[in-house]
Amino acid sequence: MRIRAQIGMVLNLDKCIGCHTCSVTCKNVWTSRDGVEYAWFNNVETKPGLGYPTDWENQARWKGGWERTKAGKLQPKQGSKWRILSNIFANPSMPEIDDYYEPFDFDYDHLKSAPEMKAFPTARPRSKITGERIEKIEKGPNWEEILGGEFSKRSADYNFDGIQKEIYGEYENTFMMYLPRLCEHCLNPACASSCPSGAIYKREEDGIVLIDQEKCRGWRMCVSGCPYKKVYYNWSTGKSEKCTLCYPRIESGNPTVCSETCVGRIRYLGVMLYDADKIESAANMEDPQDLYDAQLGVFLDPNDPVVIETARADGIPEDWIKAAQDSPIWKMAMEWKVAFPLHPEYRTLPMVWYIPPLSPIQNAAEAGAIGMDAGMPDVKNLRIPVRYLANMLTAGDEAPVITALERMLAMRSYMRSKTVEGVIDEGIAARVGLSGRVIEDMYKIMALADYEDRFVIPTTHREQVEEAYDLRGGCGFTDTNGCSTGSSGKSLFGGAKKPLKMPTEAM
Amino acid sequence: MFLDLDYFIFGIMPYIALTVLIVGCIARYERDPFTWKSSSSQLLRRKQLFWGSVLFHVGIITVFGGHLIGLFTPVAVLDALGIPYAAKQWMAVILGGAAGIAALIGASLLIHRRVTDPRIWQTTSFADIGILVLIWLQLFIGLGTIFLTLQHMDGSEMVRFMTWSQSVILLNLNAWAMVVDVHWLYKAHIFLGLLITILFPFTRLVHMVSGFVAPVRYLMRPGYQLVRSRRSKALPKRAASKATPAE
Repeated sequence: MRIRAQIGMVLNLDKCIGCHTCSVTCKNVWTSRDGVEYAWFNNVETKPGLGYPTDWENQARWKGGWERTKAGKLQPKQGSKWRILSNIFANPSMPEIDDYYEPFDFDYDHLKSAPEMKAFPTARPRSKITGERIEKIEKGPNWEEILGGEFSKRSADYNFDGIQKEIYGEYENTFMMYLPRLCEHCLNPACASSCPSGAIYKREEDGIVLIDQEKCRGWRMCVSGCPYKKVYYNWSTGKSEKCTLCYPRIESGNPTVCSETCVGRIRYLGVMLYDADKIESAANMEDPQDLYDAQLGVFLDPNDPVVIETARADGIPEDWIKAAQDSPIWKMAMEWKVAFPLHPEYRTLPMVWYIPPLSPIQNAAEAGAIGMDAGMPDVKNLRIPVRYLANMLTAGDEAPVITALERMLAMRSYMRSKTVEGVIDEGIAARVGLSGRVIEDMYKIMALADYEDRFVIPTTHREQVEEAYDLRGGCGFTDTNGCSTGSSGKSLFGGAKKPLKMPTEAM
Repeated sequence: MFLDLDYFIFGIMPYIALTVLIVGCIARYERDPFTWKSSSSQLLRRKQLFWGSVLFHVGIITVFGGHLIGLFTPVAVLDALGIPYAAKQWMAVILGGAAGIAALIGASLLIHRRVTDPRIWQTTSFADIGILVLIWLQLFIGLGTIFLTLQHMDGSEMVRFMTWSQSVILLNLNAWAMVVDVHWLYKAHIFLGLLITILFPFTRLVHMVSGFVAPVRYLMRPGYQLVRSRRSKALPKRAASKATPAE
């Protein structure tokens, strides 16, 4: 047993209102730069839909994640190391920028500089790459917002696997949910494994997966290797970039920007202790439906005395062990079993987990007629098909998703009974395998979601690893060469960068 | 003439080129590692990249390797192995010719793509297009010298170039005199080669170094994953893993 700590995240999809505040604040902090205009380290998709980049979940096409070979070996779906190296001149599985969207801006200046004309001046779009006029915007970062586009296209959604999907195209039966996505900071990252330069690494102390910008050579294998398509190639710098889990904030005990600004309070951050020795076997289960359980088996109980003792021996600081004991992630993933990994079948052991959303009862007109199980509606009658959620969160295994949804319904039922009728009904809790005390705990953390309950983040212990005295007068956080700004405009080696001309024309 | 052009190109320029190459690469790797990259443009346009890039790279790596082995294998080794000079020259003409044609087709595709595609052209620096055109020209001239070579297939000319290259490395300062009377096309080829060597550290060509090193390190990396620790002292190794605690 080799214990490591990881900052994990849980997103409570039941409360996501699709406001995109997370995406916008993330964009403003991290990707409002040349070359990554098209990149959204955090984006929110409307499901069912093909997502961003289009069809990212289709690994037959993009070859992301891992596969178990016939011989029972675990290797990247892109192929063995030799196979990956042979694609270095041209990566056949890499998306083109049009699979995301061509970044654009508008001729805003024209609105105030246009001469007097018969028609009202307009701000027409321009490509942020070439500066040329775009006559028609064909795609954007959230092209399917609130079920935009035809069902026939959106229904190619991979999560419809095994579902008679036609009826969900009908107005009466349609359903929808939001899926905010960011880097999963996997225990078994496929991006890191695909990198020939060894530029992508997982941090031992908090599990954050980062790309060393000085070691990245732009071989692009991580872009196709990541099944979530959360590694972005910066076409301006020629380096790959990804979500950093806002590590400068995490290190100082603050939540990530997306979590901090989430108005629905759906995001949780906390410490998980895991056994690094178990990763390989957990990612290599024969049946993909066993992968979720196997990942649960990698996590270690922070209240177990043996685990605590081993964690200390493995150099985990005392306050991190304490944080793991108070971790909201542990409670939701392990104790209440309401949170699930996104697409465990990719075998990356992702560490951003999701609580499936409840949805209205399928047909309001029939509400009286549908099966009610002792005051609670049967989750199979919810508008979002359980199978759809299971395809997304448990490789198609419906049982754990049903349990989670029932527990969330039970929480509502129990609290309604308690606050409206003043009756504490332990029976409701018992039916879903919980107790009243646990349900009240769930209610406090999942429904009230106070700041301190959502974010239990211990600060990093830099004093144990480096001499703080040497850091004085340093340049703080930079993302490129030492204290440089990252612009290589005047560099002997970088070559002069052409300024992007964005002419404005008056019609 | 104050300075003989032949003496400059064959006697002095090789040393300038090697010095700039080595010092420049070390300086760039040390001072500006962020700029050390392949500058792939595949994200912006996949079209023409696949065939262009694959043909170009496979061709040029073969040609590059051929030149290294061909020029720097001591003549004595050829003699010891009993390889006739003519046979080696035929091999060079056939293998080098085929690879050179592949690289030239690839480079042509890449130039066409770079110049005609507005996305690529907008993101192209002077160094990007400059080095690509120089390499195209070098491949073109290199293939042109094959026609000269075919007129004297006894290998004597080739041995001359081998001796010259090796003498330069061995710091024989009179080596330049060996090649003063060769055809101007060969001279142009050597001059361009040295020029490209000088430009190497200042262009995207530096990714060649990584291209040769990264695969070796990738294949030697134990397993797939990389974990970095900021711990100054490594954790003690455990002989055997302790019993896993019950869940």
